[in-house]
This record gives sequence, structure tokens and C-alpha cells, in this order.
Amino acid sequence: MSAPVEIKEPSSFRLASTLAIAGLISGVAIVAVYEATLPTITHNKAEELKAAVFKVLPEVTEMRKYQYENNSLRFRTEEGSDDQTLYGGYSQQGAFVGYAIPSAGPGFQDTIGILYGYIPEQRKVVGMEILESRETPGLGDKIYKDLYFVSNFENLSIDPEIMVVKKGLRDEPHEVDAITGATISSKAVVRIINEGNQRWIHKIPTHGIPLPEQKGAE
Amino acid sequence: MATPSSPYEEMMKGLWRDNPVFVQVLGMCPMLAVTNTAVNALAMGLATLFVLVGSSFLVSVMRSLIPKQVRISSYIIIIATFVTIIDYSLLAVFPKIHKELGAFIPLITANCLILGRQEAFASRNSVGYAVMDAIGMSVGFLFALLALGSVREILGEGALFGFNLFGPNFEPWIIMILPPGGFLTLGLILLFFNWITEKRKQAQIEYQLAEERAS
Amino acid sequence: MIKRDPDLLLQSAPLLKQKLSIPTAMRDVLLALLPALLAGIWYFGLSALLVVVVTILGAMMTEWAFTPKHQRSMALSDGSALLTGVLLGMTLPPALPLWMAWIGGAVAIGLGKTLWGGLGNNLFNPAIVGRAFLLGTFPIAMTTWHVAAGPDQFFNLYSSTLALPFMQVPPIPQGTLSASGGGIHLVDGMSAATPLGLMKFEQTGTPIFSLMFGNTAGSLGETSGLLLILGGLYLLVRRALEWRIPLAIFLSAGVFTLLLQQIDPLRFPDIYFTLFSGGMLLGAIYMATDPVTSPVTPKGAWIFGIGIGLLIVLIRNFGGLPEGVLYAILLMNAATPLINRYTQPRIFGRSVGRSAK
Repeated sequence: MSAPVEIKEPSSFRLASTLAIAGLISGVAIVAVYEATLPTITHNKAEELKAAVFKVLPEVTEMRKYQYENNSLRFRTEEGSDDQTLYGGYSQQGAFVGYAIPSAGPGFQDTIGILYGYIPEQRKVVGMEILESRETPGLGDKIYKDLYFVSNFENLSIDPEIMVVKKGLRDEPHEVDAITGATISSKAVVRIINEGNQRWIHKIPTHGIPLPEQKGAE
Repeated sequence: MATPSSPYEEMMKGLWRDNPVFVQVLGMCPMLAVTNTAVNALAMGLATLFVLVGSSFLVSVMRSLIPKQVRISSYIIIIATFVTIIDYSLLAVFPKIHKELGAFIPLITANCLILGRQEAFASRNSVGYAVMDAIGMSVGFLFALLALGSVREILGEGALFGFNLFGPNFEPWIIMILPPGGFLTLGLILLFFNWITEKRKQAQIEYQLAEERAS
Repeated sequence: MIKRDPDLLLQSAPLLKQKLSIPTAMRDVLLALLPALLAGIWYFGLSALLVVVVTILGAMMTEWAFTPKHQRSMALSDGSALLTGVLLGMTLPPALPLWMAWIGGAVAIGLGKTLWGGLGNNLFNPAIVGRAFLLGTFPIAMTTWHVAAGPDQFFNLYSSTLALPFMQVPPIPQGTLSASGGGIHLVDGMSAATPLGLMKFEQTGTPIFSLMFGNTAGSLGETSGLLLILGGLYLLVRRALEWRIPLAIFLSAGVFTLLLQQIDPLRFPDIYFTLFSGGMLLGAIYMATDPVTSPVTPKGAWIFGIGIGLLIVLIRNFGGLPEGVLYAILLMNAATPLINRYTQPRIFGRSVGRSAK
């Protein structure tokens, strides 16, 4: 590089076309990979959701997406918007069991996304799964790692409202034992569920939507 | 620019003498962010290996085709393509690991280690050398990630690659899985490596002195 | 070698010598701390004594290990590692597992002092570095407090004290266990909230009498307010204390608290509580005044103290933690070089406008 050799400047056209060609090739490669992996990715996501719904609702083997529109609940179609979606769980015989309600809100670090099971007939929360959380490892992440805390949500009355109490003081059916050292995260989980309840409870019918006959017979 | 070394030497230099982390202190963002467990560190290291080797190969092949003025943008396009490929593949095959690494997979594009190797080596050397250099550098990077990830996982969770080492009563060092633990561990490892290098240099000097005296 | 005539010996500044040396300065601070430390051991028993001893051991062993061989005896005898160990020990909860206390002492010296180049070169107060590390690493053990049981239960050893290295509190055996040696009992200890914790999470105050005489829950050396103040007065008489710093801390924290009280007297604690609870006295009198990590100019000392006072009240009342003394001092430690730089006095003989370069 030391010798002052006269280098001919390449034309702007050459520069632009080089980049364009590189972009084109890269685009083709990316689209190919995207197309190749998309089915697996969608499948994985659906499986994950299904597993979460089955986890928060006991004895459920079948789920349907619901959507709330024009003051009524119906099966979700492809074009529905995500924030008005919840899930219905059905038993093996095809009978409606309960709802799996997604809800999200701020935690100690970042948004906590929750899916919880709710049985309208008993007015009870019967299970809770954290879908998304960046709570402090070792402390706040106990909201899903501490199985005792998670078990708090397996039989929890929503009336009058779910409350957090200091660990060991739980004696009412609507109370949750806080996690020692992670009070803020515990409170966030309960607040997010309460918010979900406020948004949904008055809108959803007690017995869900019956499955179409052929599905039930399967 | 022509280096009179063998491709094998080009590979070995990345492991120790020019280690991207311990000597060049490059690629700190993934180094600190995703090394809270050994598995995450391994995944990040392998993803980086794929991207670095792939882009070094391509850049070296096309080095005479790419005009100097647009070389950085061309490198970035090439790197970004490989990153996107690994991003989608991980999402499809290992969704759990993808979730843990999160935004740090796309951020491999911005890892200065990778662009640095294209600019400093792959664009000036033949394909064989470029690939060997990329392998050496990424294995060196992987080694550093693993060292950090293992220390942090052992102290932070009492486990290694998810296998519990100390039994249920282990008291986790919570700071180790938090960002400060990454800085602390990296600092201590750098300290340790510099200490070793220093000692070696000292020994070499003494050896030379002894030889001079002898002759 | 040429023998020199002592009268012709050339000397560099300082030409005026004081008796003050590092060992005497350290001894003064240690003496001043001793009553409060003894009171802590009196209230919290054998566990507290062991925690302090092990912390000192951790600090001294690390100092020994990191010092070149020929300087070892000197480095240990100047008392700085001992003082760091004592100060750190006094900020720890009395039932802390001993292995954690040892690590705290080792980190305080290793990370807080020797890595910076040894005594005089560190940016942060080593004892506070040790405590910050422990608080970040073992947050639960570091915030488990116990009732000050008093001297009649001196030989009751908290079970968590003897946790094995890297392990949690061992499972408690049925009933209390009598160790060999007769009088020592292993107990679970009654966990309790500190006055600051009570204030933050339950809006309950603590009478000033308890804060002064130390029978509250808390770190083992921070609860006896009166003895800490007496120690401070001793240092003042010995001229071993930069009095501006604690004064500035108390004034700024006090004024800030009074202002907050004007806004909402129910939500914010009163001024006595602010000044005498938690690590306020220990931190303001003994830690913030560390000559290595605080500004050297009088003006700088005022700025430093005011900053700490404001930060303490801010963290305590608006942050997630009940106590803020530790982080307030750490933050102002970091600002010390800057404060030193901007508060340099005018060089004699120069005009006011030209700053010292």
C-alpha cells in the first residue's frame, strides 16, 4: 500500500451493482431458509402454546382459540387480532372445561407474560404458567422455578380479588404466599392475573363454546 | 500482506497467542451477555463459528470482485445473511436455546470480531488461509465463552451443562448469573491470562540472558 | 558509601512532620469502633463474634497472599486489613454463614484494595466493596436479620452460622442440639425485620431509645447508635476524623427529610429515624471518612458529604431497598477524583481567575 500507485476509481454503477447483486443473492438465501424453516417454527410455537394450555387447565386434551368480537365470543379465524384472543380447553369427551387466559404486564425487570387457567363455574384460577419473563435469576425467576409458589395458583378463588400475603400467612382461598426476597415479582404476577380477570371475566360465558359434533366424536 | 506461515499456524494463533477475547478483547457483547450458563455459551460459540467461517470463506472467494469502496457494506451483507440463516435454523431446531439467547443471535452481525477478521485477514488472503484463520479465531472465541460460562454456571447455579454438581443444598452466588458476574469473571480470567503471559515472558528473558552469559 | 553529615542532608517535602502514621491512624479508628463492636457481640452472642473474627481472617489472609514476600510483615502490621475486616464484619448480619463472611473479607481486600495497587490507590472503600459483593451474591442470607437476644443467650449459636462452605443453612436437627463443650447451643434464631425494613414495608417506626442502645435487629455493629457517636467524638478529639463529611451527611439528610416531611408526614420517616437507624452512623462516621476514598479538600469534603446524605434519603424512600448507605457511599467514592479535581485551592501567588493546572 505504500507505493503511490494510480488506482482507477471504479464507476458508481459498478459499486451500486455490486451491492445490488450481493443484496439479491443474500435475499434469495434468506427467503430460502425462511421458507424451509417456517413450518417447523410455526409447529413448535403451536406445540408450545398447546403444552402451556394443557398445563394450566387440568384434564384437558383439546384446545380451541377463541376470539372476542362484537360483544360475543366465537372461534378464532385466521385474521383475528392477538389482543382479543383466549383459549378454551376441552376434556377427552369434548366437554368444555375452562379458559386459558393470556395476560401481560410489567414485572420487576421487564414485561411478564402469563397464561393462566380459569374455570368459570367455580370462579377459580386453576393453574399458571409464565410464558415470558426476564426477572432476576435466582430471585425473581422463582415465579416459575419455585414450584411451591406456582402451586399457589392451582386452586385460587378470584373473589373478591387475588391478594399477595407474606409467606406462611396464607389462610384464605383468594390469597397467595409471596416469595421471600422477590415480593415485587410475586405481586406483579398476581396483579397481571387480576388485570386479566378484569378484562375477561364479565365477557366470557360460563360454559364456553361447544365443540362442533364431529370434533367431539373424534 | 503475504504471511510466510502455514495454514495450520494461522489456525493455532487464534487459540492462544492472538486469542480474540483474552488478547484482542473483541466480541465483548455476547461474551458478557450470554455466558450465564455453559450451554448458552456453547450455543453462542457454535453460532459464531458458523457465521465467521462462512463469511470468511465467501469474502476470501470474492475478494477480487468486491470494490474497495463498498467492501464494508458487502461484508455486512454477507455476515448478516449467515446470521439470519443460523437465527432461523436455531429457532426451528432448538427453540429453547433460541429463547435464552434472544436478541444476541441477530447481534452476532455486529460482533466486531467477525467484521474485524474479514477486514484484516479474509479480504487479503487465499481461501485456505482465510478459512483456517476463521476456524482458529472462532474456536478461540468458543473456548473463552466456555471458560466464562462454566465458571458462572458452577458458582451461579451449582451445575455444569445443567448437571447438578453440589446437591440440593447449594447456595447459589446470584451475582454470577447477573451482568456484574460476567464483568467480574471476565476481569479475573483476563488477569489470570496476563499473569501467565507475563511469567512466560519473564522465563524467556531469563533464558536468553543465561544463554548470552554462556556464550 | 559516603557518610553524610546529617545537617547537610537534603530533604524533600513535607518538611513539617507529624506523629500521625498509618498504624496510629488505624489504631485510633479501631479503638473508636471497639465499644460498638463489643455491644454488637453482647446483643447478638457468639455468632456475631465468630462472624467478625472470620471476616478479619478472610481480609488478613488475602492481604498476606497478595503482598510480595518481603513486604508481608509490614503490610499486615499497619492494621489496614484488620480495620477493613472489622468494618466489614460490623456491617454483616449476625447469623451470616461463616464461609460467606470469609469470602466477604477476601473480596474486600482482593477486589477492593490489592487489585487497585494496594493501600492508598483504591477508588472504593474496601469494606463497602466486600459488603456490596456479598449483598449481590447472597441477597437472602444478607437480609436475614435476627432479634438482638441479649447476653443471657450468649452461647446460643445460630444454626446458619455453621453452614458448610457453598451450602445453604443445614437442615435443623430435631430440637436444639447440644454441641460438645457444654454451654453452646445451636438454635434457629428468631428472624425479625430491621427498623428500616419495618419502616419501608410496614410503615412502622422504632422508638429512638432502641435505636440508640442497640436492641434492635440489624447488622451486628450498626445498632448501638450512642456508642458509635461516642467513638466518633473520640476520633474528633484525636483529630483523626474529617468532621466535615459526617456533618455534611447529617445536615443534608436531615434537611432533605424535613422537606419530605412537609410534603407527606405520614409516608416519610422523621428526622431522628433517618439519622439514627440502619447503617447511617456507622457509614457516615467511619466509612465515608476513609481518607483514601474521600476528597482531600475541605470544599470537596462538604460536596462529598452532601451527596451521600441526599443519596441515602433518596434510596431509602424511593428505591426498592430499605437501606441506601452502602450504595450512596460507593457512588460518591466514584465521584471523588472528580471532586478533587474541581475543588483544588488556588495556588499561592496566582490570581483567582487562573485555575491550577
